[in-house]
Amino acid sequence: MKVADRIEQVPPSGIRRFFELAEEMDDVISLGVGEPDFSAPWAARQAAIDSLERGRTSYTANRGTAELRDEIARHVRRYDLSYDPGEEILVTAGASEAVDVAMRAFVNPGDTVAIPDPAYISYVPSVTFAGGDPLPVPTREANDFVVTPSDLRRAGAADADLLVLCYPNNPTGATASEEELAAIAAFAREHDVDVLSDEIYAALTYEGRHTSIASLPEMGERTVVVNGFSKAYAMTGLRLGYAMGPPDAIAAMNRVHQYAMLSAPTTAQYAAVEALRTCDDAVEEMRRAYDRRRRFVISRFEDIGMPCFRARGAFYVFPECPGDDEAFAEELLREESVAVVPGSVFGESGAGHLRISYATGMTDLKEALRRIERFVDDR
Amino acid sequence: MDEERELLDCLVRNARESTDDLARQTGLDPETVESYIDELEASGVVRGYQAVVDWDRVDDQHVEAEVELNVELDRETKYDDIAPRIAKYPEVESLRLVSGDYDFAILVTGDSMRDVSRFVSEQIAPIPEVTQTVTHFIMDTYKHRGVQFVGDDEDDRLSISP
Repeated sequence: MKVADRIEQVPPSGIRRFFELAEEMDDVISLGVGEPDFSAPWAARQAAIDSLERGRTSYTANRGTAELRDEIARHVRRYDLSYDPGEEILVTAGASEAVDVAMRAFVNPGDTVAIPDPAYISYVPSVTFAGGDPLPVPTREANDFVVTPSDLRRAGAADADLLVLCYPNNPTGATASEEELAAIAAFAREHDVDVLSDEIYAALTYEGRHTSIASLPEMGERTVVVNGFSKAYAMTGLRLGYAMGPPDAIAAMNRVHQYAMLSAPTTAQYAAVEALRTCDDAVEEMRRAYDRRRRFVISRFEDIGMPCFRARGAFYVFPECPGDDEAFAEELLREESVAVVPGSVFGESGAGHLRISYATGMTDLKEALRRIERFVDDR
Repeated sequence: MDEERELLDCLVRNARESTDDLARQTGLDPETVESYIDELEASGVVRGYQAVVDWDRVDDQHVEAEVELNVELDRETKYDDIAPRIAKYPEVESLRLVSGDYDFAILVTGDSMRDVSRFVSEQIAPIPEVTQTVTHFIMDTYKHRGVQFVGDDEDDRLSISP
């Protein structure tokens, strides 16, 4: 079968190789998992089961059920975001679909999409698939890898058509403060750059509160916010996310979505309504468990002597590792059976770092860090 | 959330954590953790530390029963007067005053059903204020003190994911 050129242009994910290595081995403790170790709150699961028992197995409206969009609109008010559930919200099959659909809806062939580097692995490919040109914007550890106007200027992002943001961040765990976002927003307004803000980890913010760039002055009209249920509600496998933005942007995304997906999974939409209505406490419980682990992990890396900035969101920390990160991760896996993801998988600026996920029980976390300590000491 | 409460949450989850690990998780220093724990113990907030045991997995005979207890009060006798007399028996695992159809809910343990029955009929029932007892033997435990004893919690996630 002939494969399209733009597919050949995108190499397979660097995560794949480590996945295959880890799968071959026994007794691996993995700190390489990008999803919660919890299951979805029971009330949400029960709602999914109930909907199946009642035979709710049809398509929904393209944009998602009205009930769910109403709940989403109510939910995001906590981030000072106000969206009309009728015209400004689109329910998608995971935040991933929302990102892909956004690129196809907003990017013309040859358009430039600025992506702070390191970044979640699907942004660059989704730009390429849409025919756009990804522009990596190197960020600096001194700023906890939060992109600044000078990073953007230096990379040439003033000419970009779209800027992708992701705070709290995968892979670094960094969060962006209101001041940092205000500076980015000023840049976007000055240079007329639209923003795609992936806020899938918003609920997992540990110090201070989450700020959405869309809540800043004159940013709502040029920003599409992506969020979803995978991380906060531990519903990764149910594949449910959403996008929020101005009516014309959401209508454009819905045009792609209605042909590609028709509608997001129905069962998941029932679970999500329940999650938004009654599961705040369960989310808070998980958030606090992650927070305990976060503090534990950061403190252990300090002992081990691997510099690690104080990540305040998601469930990742991004410590420096001695030498080449890929080699370090591979040896660590072979010698100590601990799986981590090398930072360079997420872009050039991630080199020399490891993405450590603490979405793993305390017992395994402690053991994994003991092994990392031994590995570093023996080198 | 204040620091002491945060520490209490950690202890409730796992009382065997070392001081160092408690310090790391709460962001306090080890000395502060120690002094908070001393305080919690001295003030009677923390009354003890115990293991959560699934007795069905232990060979020893171990029988538990929940006993509903009705008592009759008078001018001189209040709940607080009767409770200590019942609580003193080592067979009584827990004793609580409850709302509803009966007064005290007690948890009794013994080596056999016969043992427990005998204790209830010979020690508890004859207490002058006790007017009625209803004994429910525990047949199976699915969840106890927040710990689930059943269910499949196997980690089936991919070992590495983006």
